[in-house]
Amino acid sequence: MNSCYINSVACVSAQNTLRNDHFLEEVVFYDENIISAINPVYKEYIPPAAARRMAKGVKIGVVASAMALKEAYITIPDAIITGTGMGCLQDSEKFVSSMITNDEQFLTPTSFIQSTHNTVGAQIALGLQCKAYNFSYVNGAVSFESCLIDAQLMFQEQEVKHILVGGVDEHGAHTNNLHKLIGHIKKEPVSTVQLLNSKTPGTIFGEGASFFLLSDKKEHGSYGKLVDVEIINTIKLENIIDRVLHFLNRNGISVEDIDAVILGNNGDVEFDNYYNKLQDGLFKNTQQLAYKHLFGEYNTVSATGFWVGAKILKSQTVPNVLKINNKRSNSYKNILLYNQYRGENHSFVLLQSC
Amino acid sequence: MSKRVAITGMGIISSIGNSVEENLSALLKSKHGISRISNIHTRHKDEIMVGEITLSNEELIEQLNLPETNNYSRTAMLGVIAAKQAVVNANITNINDCKTGLISATSVGGMDMTEKYYYEYLEDNTNHKYIGGHHAGDSTHKIAEQLGITNFVTTISTACSSSANAIMLGARMIKSGKLDRVVVGGADCLSKFTINGFKTLMILSETYCKPFDRDRSGLNLGEAAAFLVLESEEIVVKQNKKVLAYIAGYGNANDAFHQTASSGDGEGATLAMQAAFKVSGLQPNQIDYINAHGTATLNNDLSESVAIQRVFGENIPDLSSTKAFTGHTLAAAAAIEAVYSVLALQNNTIFPNLNYNNAIEQTGIVPVTSIKKKNINHVLSNSFGFGGNCSTLIFSKKL
Amino acid sequence: MEALKLELKEKIIEQLNLEDISIEEIGDNDPLFGDGLGLDSIDALELIVMLDKDYGIKLTDPKEGKKIFESVAIMAAYITENRTK
Repeated sequence: MNSCYINSVACVSAQNTLRNDHFLEEVVFYDENIISAINPVYKEYIPPAAARRMAKGVKIGVVASAMALKEAYITIPDAIITGTGMGCLQDSEKFVSSMITNDEQFLTPTSFIQSTHNTVGAQIALGLQCKAYNFSYVNGAVSFESCLIDAQLMFQEQEVKHILVGGVDEHGAHTNNLHKLIGHIKKEPVSTVQLLNSKTPGTIFGEGASFFLLSDKKEHGSYGKLVDVEIINTIKLENIIDRVLHFLNRNGISVEDIDAVILGNNGDVEFDNYYNKLQDGLFKNTQQLAYKHLFGEYNTVSATGFWVGAKILKSQTVPNVLKINNKRSNSYKNILLYNQYRGENHSFVLLQSC
Repeated sequence: MSKRVAITGMGIISSIGNSVEENLSALLKSKHGISRISNIHTRHKDEIMVGEITLSNEELIEQLNLPETNNYSRTAMLGVIAAKQAVVNANITNINDCKTGLISATSVGGMDMTEKYYYEYLEDNTNHKYIGGHHAGDSTHKIAEQLGITNFVTTISTACSSSANAIMLGARMIKSGKLDRVVVGGADCLSKFTINGFKTLMILSETYCKPFDRDRSGLNLGEAAAFLVLESEEIVVKQNKKVLAYIAGYGNANDAFHQTASSGDGEGATLAMQAAFKVSGLQPNQIDYINAHGTATLNNDLSESVAIQRVFGENIPDLSSTKAFTGHTLAAAAAIEAVYSVLALQNNTIFPNLNYNNAIEQTGIVPVTSIKKKNINHVLSNSFGFGGNCSTLIFSKKL
Repeated sequence: MEALKLELKEKIIEQLNLEDISIEEIGDNDPLFGDGLGLDSIDALELIVMLDKDYGIKLTDPKEGKKIFESVAIMAAYITENRTK
């Protein structure tokens, strides 16, 4: 199997992640249940004529992709693979609401056009004039991991050298209100520090974009290697340990080889039990990390988890704010990521230093 | 990497029939499924024609035996019907007797329910069950649940080329050995969202759409779902499977020209077709039939014609768009046209391009306008979408 | 007519999200599409809806828009002649 190196990372999020020489040193603490991505200076990345039709998700996606390409010194990638769970919510909401309010009259095309799920991937391609392979995955919490599997496949097919992959989701005000109504967002406000131990149903919602340049060759600035990815639609709680072991086995490594496990805990008492089972069992003696209390939950926040993993491998440091147990590793070679949302769309990702 | 990818099952529901047999029968009789809209109340009902599946949601629920508490969107119900047919057609007794995955495509997703209850949700919790069903992955999950597929399940959404890309990914997963069997396809129901969206682009025809005609005036929207079962050679041999056809080639490229419009030189489409030829190892002169994207918009048909001329030169194979039968079924279009491509191979028949009268002046391409019988070994099918997404699939009788 | 031209410029900037452009920068006779303001086919569709909604003028063929939207002056003249509200 051909290797897959992470040659650059870029993250737009609710934290100060725009500069890669920093790694969560200055944490932004929130005490609300909907946290927004910090706006980059869009003009530095997107010509105003192009930006005028873009909602926030498209803009942060384009910015993150540009940052990832720049850091890897790549102008045009050989493929663009984008994941988004909810797609372009703001334009979808805009079109539906004006359709209903105006009784299907006086509707304009812009928000409809921009509401298409592949808008981010398309706008990146348009901006770069990149005519290469361009896919968009939209499968809930494994949207980003589907991109990784596709990228792995491309390297295996030996068709390409550089692939831009990323995950992006944006807030939609109406959609957030609906998710409050059905309890997916917590009823009571919860702060960044309390979230993971909140013991109540629901979570906090975030938004963001994380992009990466994956290559078949290691470069001076490489962050690490993407070794393997698996997505699993449904797992019974009693089988979670077996599935983790199966994943480790197929990569010929044991639990002891894992230097840190990055978990997707989001403080939802109804669904964090998948993580708790591993925390109290298989990974009891492993350094455990979590990140969603800083970034909020959204379908492609696992791409930010991937960003965290890559940053740890390159810097060989772990910011304190991520630590959720008292185990420590001296160095970081193998990092396992495990994520799921509401008991569905489980993913395992194995990263390795290089 | 030279492993063959076999198609061993197909299922379809569209405005021309609720099964593969019904679709074939309508195609052979040149019987289209375009009508005025009846299931959706829209103020545009007298200005548009659609390819609508006549079954109501209630009838679909009954057919699928869903409990009253179900939260299936129409997209999900159509998808389940087609995917189940495909699995039955492939004679699968135990879906998990090998590494089986599901790759579905949709663009509308659960929008039909969202637009119905959008503000009502805030006032009244009767229909709150549908809120969680809005996202594009939801219909895929319901199909997975109904089929018993629990592992590799994902969804692709690249507008009107979506299910071509689902089929493409499926073929690649089989070739690479990551999966032994994969159910691939797409589903999209009609919705006010898409009707009004395409209306704002002024590309909906007020009458029957006329693909590749000089005087074409836009598309008819449709709704449909179709799925294929793809299996590896090992499974085909081991389980003594009947092979309906093979996926010989696939290609995806981006036009990188405009968010919605296709380029004048058909660059993306040309690159997609060329990529599919490269994967298949076939030459353009080996293609017996092109099932074109042919939406009947001014822009698409001209751009696609130019691209076909660039790829095939003077020797353009027999060509037709079947969208005048079904309407443009968006994310499902490539999957239903994959079924039609396989039917073309199986029956050595080219299905007609309805409503055509005069060639587009710039290109002069004349499609096949009545049933044509001839030996067909290789079919090329195009699908293009917003965001410049261009995909081509090549289906072959034998490889 | 001058008031209508000003109104149109304001509406063009607002409707098409031309945040970086001021009213003064749009000359009455400047071409709106192509080399001028750089508007495209999607903008033309937006303007068609504006004609319908604000001035009661219905265009059924997007090609008609091409001539009408050549410049603010031409638009204003067309609207004055054809408006129903």
